[in-house]
Amino acid sequence: MLKIENLHARVEDKAILRGINLEVKPGEVHAIMGPNGSGKSTLSSVIAGKEEYEVTDGSIFFEGEDIEELAAEERAHKGIFLSFQYPVEIPGVSVTNFMKTAINETRKAQGLEEMPAKDMLKLIREKSELLEIDRKFLSRSLNEGFSGGEKKRNEIFQMAMLDPKLAILDETDSGLDIDALRIVANGVNKLKNENNAVVVITHYQRLLDYIVPDFVHVLYNGRIVKSGGKELAHELEEKGYDWIKEEVDAK
Amino acid sequence: MDLKDKLVSSFLAFENRVDVDAYVHDVRTDAIKIFEEKGFPSKKDEAWKYTSLNSVLKHDYSLFPKQEDALEYRDVKKYFIHEIDSYKIVFIDGKYSSHLSQTTHDGIDVCLMSAALSKPKYQLVIENYFNKIASKDSLTSLNTAFSSEGAFIHIPKNKVVEKPIQIVHFSSGNEAATMLQPRNLIVVDENSHVQIIERHQSLTDNPVLTNCVTEVFANKRAIVDYYKIQNDNLTASLIDNTFINQKRESVASVHTFSFGGKLTRNNLNFFQNGERIDSTLKGVTIIGDKQHVDHNTLVHHIEPNCESHQDYKGIFDDSAVGVFNGKVIVEKEAQKTNAFQANNNILISDKATINTKPQLEIFADDVKCSHGCTIGQLDESAMFYMRSRGIPEKEAKGLLMYAFSNNVLSSVKIPEIKQRITKLIANKLGVNIGFDL
Repeated sequence: MLKIENLHARVEDKAILRGINLEVKPGEVHAIMGPNGSGKSTLSSVIAGKEEYEVTDGSIFFEGEDIEELAAEERAHKGIFLSFQYPVEIPGVSVTNFMKTAINETRKAQGLEEMPAKDMLKLIREKSELLEIDRKFLSRSLNEGFSGGEKKRNEIFQMAMLDPKLAILDETDSGLDIDALRIVANGVNKLKNENNAVVVITHYQRLLDYIVPDFVHVLYNGRIVKSGGKELAHELEEKGYDWIKEEVDAK
Repeated sequence: MDLKDKLVSSFLAFENRVDVDAYVHDVRTDAIKIFEEKGFPSKKDEAWKYTSLNSVLKHDYSLFPKQEDALEYRDVKKYFIHEIDSYKIVFIDGKYSSHLSQTTHDGIDVCLMSAALSKPKYQLVIENYFNKIASKDSLTSLNTAFSSEGAFIHIPKNKVVEKPIQIVHFSSGNEAATMLQPRNLIVVDENSHVQIIERHQSLTDNPVLTNCVTEVFANKRAIVDYYKIQNDNLTASLIDNTFINQKRESVASVHTFSFGGKLTRNNLNFFQNGERIDSTLKGVTIIGDKQHVDHNTLVHHIEPNCESHQDYKGIFDDSAVGVFNGKVIVEKEAQKTNAFQANNNILISDKATINTKPQLEIFADDVKCSHGCTIGQLDESAMFYMRSRGIPEKEAKGLLMYAFSNNVLSSVKIPEIKQRITKLIANKLGVNIGFDL
């Protein structure tokens, strides 16, 4: 589904990704871990198409197509979703209206008619229940005055509404208490099936107790320096990142 | 002959054509003298530092367009808030259009300035109110000198006027260039409530210059809501001079929507002559090309325990120029005044300009006054966030700009107007805002 080959990217003059290789197949859950500043958030932004980042080498293929030239919205239309570490506040646009616009624009790009209002309401009801979101919350301005937990829950609600093929969850666990973490993880797990894939980007192992990965990758200095199964996450939790840094720096 | 000379020399002929009421005759004669002495304002005047009239004064305007009453309602329906029942006072090239209008004398007077100026039964109101708060500056005086037609609205006390009143000025383009000088007088007596929608709409690419003066008197506990929808084409210019005199406990608001025009200058003046008065001045400006919109506001706090709220938003594209000059005067007696002013702007293009200048003159010591202005670009992180959800760049921009101007719309009381303005904003921004209000 997602195939990243030798990806190099920089922001302004600073090289951040220095040769990433990663393949994600349908049905898989990948975790990308790593110390602060290793390039985790850059990787997710580059996949989603943030223009500030310049790809200097390598390619990103999504379902066999090189997506480098595609705008962020075109990638979204193909089924890539990024849950933001810091969701942006947009005063004056309600959650519901934002989702209606996003869904109908996506449908338009796919050559479909706008979703009938009745179906839209049903979908909103269903997905807000999944994320245990109060209906009143949906008429509030997007992310404005939301608590950290509400913002993250709202991200996963949007994911549920858009039903992407590939979801990248960037530090979705940060700022969440244990109850919110469980609700968010439960939401992700219910949405997971054999045709879609999830990439979880996290600093801590905590979220991976709930969203269990098939593969764990360690990102350091813009490269994936180690890959393994879910036991690697536990090892990192116990031993920290220093041993990896030493291993890499020794080479 | 330049425009000033042309105007001055045509004054006598004009006075001979209209009914010469002694009172109004004197007012007009004084006014033309002031205009003759002062002439058109130039950039040397502090109040006109950022707005030059040169480009609009160069045309050879026809001052008294001939009557051409050729508009069919179905052709101009879209310029009315037609979804609701309303009174209408409609002018085409400055002349009253009876078949597009719906006036009344049933308990309230919604009719014509020409009637009010000539008929004895209105004499008292005219003598009490006409030209009583209009300033003596050159442009207002010019209008006063030629004042003969416009809307006359008199709401006696204890009347809640259910239907809004629409005042619409069309220019048809029958002349190569047209100058219009509508004069409106609105008197709202004790405890009465009225909602007014004023629109200036050019139907032509021929240049039009409108120099409009409106006097509004909101007497004790009256409520006046005034909505101004301004020109939307590239050849029409508007100088709007509005003066609002408020008495004790009255509430008055003016919302100004400026979505185009070659040059638009809004001189909006509030005078608070009483206690516990509330004044609201709001505006949304969305322009591009080489368009120019200048908001010049004055709130004069004269007595204690009053409030004023100003909130102006501007979105400027291409080489458009915006000006906001907001003056608040708080007199020594006006203790416990709350005066707020905000002016927020988005520049979409590198070539667009905004000049914003708050001007607070506070002589009282126990007051709350604030002002703030911002100039920014569209939030890039918000753009990426929306696009990552599948909303294309253009729609995302539109949604952000809509959201930006949303605060101003939230105080629009008539839902149909709110909806109409939303649509105008969406059209202006070239997006399909994919939802209803």
